[in-house]
Order: sequence, then structure tokens, then C-alpha cells
Amino acid sequence: MDLVTVWFALVVLCWVLFFVLEGFDFGVGALAPLLGRDDHERSAAVRTIGPFWDGNEVWLVAAVGVTFAAFPDWYAALMSGLFLPFVLVLLLLAGRGVALEFRGKHSGAAWRRRCDAWLAATSLGVVALFGALLTVFARGLALGADGEVTSSGGLGAGLARTLAPLASWDALAGAVVAVGAALLLGATFIGLRTTGPLRVRAQRVAVVVAAVGAGALAVAALVTALVGTGPAVLETAGAALLAVVALLAARRREAAAFAGTAVVVAAAVVAALTAGIADGVVLASTLDPAYSLTLASASATDSALRLISWAGVVVLPGVVVYQAFSYWVLRQRVASERVAT
Amino acid sequence: MDLDVLDITRLQFAVVTIYHYLFVPLSITLAAVTAGLHTAWHRTGRERYRRLTLLVGKLLLVTFAVGVVTGLVQEFQFGLGWSDFARAYGDVFGPTLAIEGMLAFFLEATFLGLWYFGWDRLPRRLHLATIWVVAVGTLISAFVILAANAFMQNPVAYSWDAERGRARLESFLGLMTNPVNLAAFPHTIAGAAMLGGALLLAIGAWRRWVHVPTASGLGEPGEPEGDDDHEQRLAFGTLARVGAWLTLAGGVMTALTGDVLGKVMTEVQPMKMAAAEALYTTTAGAPFSILAIGRPGGGEPFFSLDVPYLLSVLAVGDPTATVQGIDDLQAQYAAQFGPGSYVPVVWMAYWSFRAMIGIGMAAAAIAAAYLWATRRGRALPVGNRWVARALRLLPVLPLLPAAAGTFGWVFTETARQPWLAFGLTRTEDGISPGLTAGEALAALAAFTLAYGVIAVVWTRLVLHVVRQDLDTAAISGAERDDDDGDAGDGPAADGEGTPGGRRTRDDDLAPSY
Repeated sequence: MDLVTVWFALVVLCWVLFFVLEGFDFGVGALAPLLGRDDHERSAAVRTIGPFWDGNEVWLVAAVGVTFAAFPDWYAALMSGLFLPFVLVLLLLAGRGVALEFRGKHSGAAWRRRCDAWLAATSLGVVALFGALLTVFARGLALGADGEVTSSGGLGAGLARTLAPLASWDALAGAVVAVGAALLLGATFIGLRTTGPLRVRAQRVAVVVAAVGAGALAVAALVTALVGTGPAVLETAGAALLAVVALLAARRREAAAFAGTAVVVAAAVVAALTAGIADGVVLASTLDPAYSLTLASASATDSALRLISWAGVVVLPGVVVYQAFSYWVLRQRVASERVAT
Repeated sequence: MDLDVLDITRLQFAVVTIYHYLFVPLSITLAAVTAGLHTAWHRTGRERYRRLTLLVGKLLLVTFAVGVVTGLVQEFQFGLGWSDFARAYGDVFGPTLAIEGMLAFFLEATFLGLWYFGWDRLPRRLHLATIWVVAVGTLISAFVILAANAFMQNPVAYSWDAERGRARLESFLGLMTNPVNLAAFPHTIAGAAMLGGALLLAIGAWRRWVHVPTASGLGEPGEPEGDDDHEQRLAFGTLARVGAWLTLAGGVMTALTGDVLGKVMTEVQPMKMAAAEALYTTTAGAPFSILAIGRPGGGEPFFSLDVPYLLSVLAVGDPTATVQGIDDLQAQYAAQFGPGSYVPVVWMAYWSFRAMIGIGMAAAAIAAAYLWATRRGRALPVGNRWVARALRLLPVLPLLPAAAGTFGWVFTETARQPWLAFGLTRTEDGISPGLTAGEALAALAAFTLAYGVIAVVWTRLVLHVVRQDLDTAAISGAERDDDDGDAGDGPAADGEGTPGGRRTRDDDLAPSY
């Protein structure tokens, strides 16, 4: 395997880690106001991700940075070709980050309630947007010969240039799937990290979302098989796995349920990012296959790849170790009912 | 509609970057001060240091969060508005950003979480080490990112691949040890010390002399005081002096490192130094202009207040040395790179350079005055009308180094024009070819608005944290779940337990050792 292929795999790995780790943060953010009946419970729900979300979000920094470093043309085409959606992602992430970090720095319950509502709205928004974007990654963009999405026309057409890829049924489906996945990750994570009524409610949500997801995937598999657009293996496997997750959640096996969900999410992200890789394509052009970005045409030079390989070999395993260490140190469950000591 | 995509995108980049760079230097200094205070507490066991550690640590967390979310935007920006630049310099910028993320950013984010939530989970020494890791992480971050900026000022360690029209990175070590980076890094860190120091000086002096702590919340000077009030005053006094020392030392260091940076700059970007001085004609034994009033349209100023030979000293280190002027450099560049203007906006370079130096020196002078007035535990004469007025201006103090730093960046970036990477790529050649004015304008408006809201909320939170008494500041809020029973709280939240009595291990931020 050459260096370019290795780095393509590492780029995908970084994105997978981001979507799995930050996925449960999004889910917890969206579920906190729903599951927490009072200020104390909401705080407990948010605190399940309190020490971790920042480190999880850095996987986005890593994913974007590694994409830029290893495949600058892929990075450039994605960012500039999806300009407005990414601006929106950044604004939502900014809103979510400050809501999370600011909510506990003020002692008013009304303040925290506002932060929680904002947290839920931004978490849902950003995960839906990411879901839609993943379908666009898989489908490709209207790239021209210079690797750019170019519009003709006035201000309106200009604004529509980068929003247009999101206005489609498959992008909408991607958004819904991503929200469902994040809720399931969030619910199992809250179940894993809390005690008492919060844990019970999280368990119920997890069972329902997993069951609905399994049903929807089963229907999708059936449709795919009947219409014959492709093999329904992935959908069937996903449906089966989600059914197992629902059972595990129902039996309060939160760790296993969480792990199962993470596998489903990881598989979906890998599928989206490697859609064209059989032909060596990393980002397809919907205008002309000749304009598609390939492993060879999108990658950085050998010297840059060697440099980040050195950094990746030395640094990344360390990151994984100390992040795991932080999860281990702060592994205790967060009490959801008030405990007098 | 005639909107210039290039101008809007440049403005958008400037707004987002300048804003980000208000919070980064604060984070750098607050992390170091938190680590220092935590160490002082670890060594001495004195309660005062514990309380200050928690106060500064809390300010660090709030500030770091803003730095994170605005820093994320920076990483996307190169592709968003400047995709041709990203393609041409992916070899240089991609690894730099990736390595900053992998090496430093992960450290900062993970260990800050461990420090804040790990108070009674980690062994004492290990817990102390976590905040030092954060502090070192912020420095690595700054160094690596400044190296990327230094490349734009002075491209090094690359070769040009004409076939693909892009730079090839030849040596990462060379990229990091760019002479511009080696000079700019200490200069930037010293500036950061001034900004963070001024904030702590303002907070400490405000609470020491104006809003004096009492057990029941805010009080006025002269109220009967308990032992704890006295202790808190002393703690805030300590904080003020720490801040003042940082501001003063940072001021001295920015001046010294600025001198080194100026000489490197004259070497690699003579046009920038000429623009900073509005020096049109090449001059031997050039004077330093303190103030000049120019003619419309450029040319020699008709009034100028000068210090003889000083510019030659600053630029080259020799009073008789020749400093190249704008006109000669323009002719030289036109011959080298082809026709066109290679002169940056001279008034902007000239005035931002002076504003940076003047405002920075003012901040250092105020810190020095405070240190002198409170030497050996002396009390400020708060009864004096002028002292009282000066104290009321304290909240403005941190804005001085913030303005100085901003002017510094405006100078260094605008006086580099018309180059994106000096001598290689012009600014207009780096922009995303497909980008439209409408999109650029939407992004500019959205970021400006969102950042404005964040700034307001950040300021209010800092004020809130700062107004609380020290212990409350340390352990209030959702971290410990002892909420104050505010409006909108359900009966379950208010009905049971006594404040402070409902702890679980997870909730307990207060150190129990």
C-alpha cells in the first residue's frame, strides 16, 4: 500500500472518530432538556459530556487538518464548494460550544435553561447538517475543470451556488438518519453515565429510537431489493444490528448498546466517504467524471505525506491513549438524583 | 450589484482572525497563570492561592471555549474563501494545521477537561501536571501556527512545482525555524502576557480597591469586615500585582523582541519597514518618524517630527546604515516581478505601527505605576479624587494591550500586501474562484453578528465570575449542582437539602485536599 492510500484510510478514520465521539455529544445536547425534568437532572445530563466534548470536537480539527494536509484539493473543493453549509456548521458549533462551556459559569437556573435550549437547538441543527453533508460527500459536487463549483448569474444564483447540493431528498434523508443516530448514541451514553430516573428515561428513548431505526432500515432494505438499485446487504446488516441494540438497551446493557450504535455510525460514515474509492475517486464531479478528484490528483506531495506520517505515527497513538485515560479517570456515573452526604 | 468578492472576503477573514486573536493570547496567559497559582498552592498550601487558582481557571475555561470555536473557523477558512491558496500551499499549511491539531490542540482540550473535572480524582501531583500540560500546549499551538504565518511573510523550506503550480514542502524543521517565526513567537508571547496581565490587574485592583469583598456579596469600603473579607482583599491584591508584573514584563519583552523582529523584517520585507516609516526615498542614517502629516496622494510629508538616525538603528542596528525607501523598492520589485504596484497602504502601515507601540507602552506604564504605588504592601490612596477616578477606568485597561496587539496584526498583514505569500502569490490569486459576492457577504454578516453576541456573553460571564466572592466564584453553579434556587426551578430543586450539603463525587469541583 502506498502512502496516499494509507493517508486516505487515516482521513476516513479521523472522520469516523469525530462522528462517533462528537455524535454522542450532539445526542446528549439534544436530549438533555428532554430527559431532564428539572434543573438538577438537566445539569447531570449535560455533565455526562462535560469533560469530554472539547476533546471530542478536536477530532474535527484533526479530520479537517489531516484532509487538508494529505489531500489539499479535496479539502479546497469541499470547503469552497459547500461554502454556506460549512459557514452554518461553524456558526452552530460555535453556538453549541459556548452554550456548553458557559452554562455552568453562572449560577442562575434561568440562565442554564436558556443555555440548554440553545444547546439542544444547535446540537440538532449541526448533526442534521452533517448528515446532509455526508450524503453530498458520497454523491459528489458540480466540480468544474478547476476543481471548483462555479455559478453563473447574480446575487441569488451566487447564494444558491453552495446551498443547492443540500436541497435534495437524499440529503434530507441523510439529515434524518444522522439525527436518529445521534439521539441513539446520546441516549445510550446518558444511560451509561447516569443513575436513577435519568438513566431509566434514557434507556426508554434508546429502545424506541433503535427499534424505529431498525424498522426503517428494514423497509429501506426491502425497497432497495425490490427496486434493484443495489445490494441491500448494508441496510439489512444495519437493521439487524439496530434490532440487537434495541434489545440490549431494553436489558440495560448500555455499554454494549452504545458500542453497537457506534459500529453502525462508523459503517455509515465509512460508506459515505469511500463511495467512489473503488475507482480511486475521493470526490466525484457530477458534471463530468473527468473532473472528479482522485487519490492521485487530490493528494499532497510525497514530502508532505512523509512528514505527517512521522507526526501521525508518533502523536496520534499518544492522543488516543491520553483521551482514553481521561475517560477512565472520569468514569464514575453522574448522579441524577440529589444525594445527601 | 457591484460587490467586490475579494474585498469582502479579505474583510471577512480579517474580522474572524482579529476576533480569534483576542481570545488566544488571553488563553495563553491565563493557562500559564493558572498553572503558576496552582503550583504556588501545591507548594505552600495557602488558601489564598487555591481560591485564585479556581478564579483564574474559571476565566481560562470561558476564554478557552471562545478560542476553540473561533479557532475552528480559522481552520476551515483557508478552504472556504481561499481555496486556490489552499491548493497551492496545501503542502505547507495542511501539515502545519494538522500537526497543531494533533500535537497541541488535543493536549489542551483533553487536559483542561481533566484538570477542571479531575480535582479529587487524580493524585495531587498528576492533577497539577494536567494544567501545566495545558499551558505548554497553548505555547506549542502558538509556535506552530505562527510558523505558518511566517511562511507567508518569508517563504522558506519549499520548492516550487511549476507543473502542478504549487509549493512542495522540503523541510518541516526549516519551516518551523523560519527567522521570522523565531522572532515573531517571543514577540507574540510577550504581547499575550501583556493582555492577560492587564486583565488580571484590572480584576484584582477592582476587587481590591473598588468592589471590596464581603461575606454577603458586594460591599462598600468601610463596612465592618470579617477575617475572610480581609483574606479575600489580600488575595485580590496579590492577583493585581501578578497581573501588573506580567503587563510590565510583557511590555519590556515586546519592545526588545519587537526590535529583533524589526531587523528581521527589514531584511526579508524591506517594503514593510519602509511603509511603517512612510520612508519614500532611500536614506542613509535614516531618522525615526514619531509623527508625520502627509500630503494627499503620498509623497514626502510636509510636517514630520523625527528622531535622527533612530530608524537606521532600529532597522539595521547601525546609525549610519542605509534604509531602502518605498520608491526604490517599487522600481526594484517592478523589475523583478513585472509591472504593478507593490506598495501597501502606507497610511495604514504608518499609523497602525505607531498605535501598536504607543498603546502598548501606555499599558506597560500604567502597570509600572500601579506596582510603584502598591510597593511593599502600600495601600492606594483611594480617598484621593484622582485615584478614585483612575480606578473607575480599570475595566478599560485590558483593551489597551488588546488594541496594541490588533494594530500589530493589522500592520503585519496589510503591509505585506499585495502578497499572500511574499514574492510568490498575490492576494487576488488565492481566493476561491467560484466564490460569489453574495456568499462572502452572508458569511461576513453572519460571523460578525455571531461573534458580537459571543463577545457580549463572554464579557457578562467574566463580570459575573469576577463579582462573586472568591469561594463562591470557585464552586458555584452547575459544576457542583448547588444551584441558588433561582427563578424557574422546580420544587424538587429547592425543596430538599441545604446548600452545600448535596454533594456527589461527580459534582464536587471543590478540592477536598
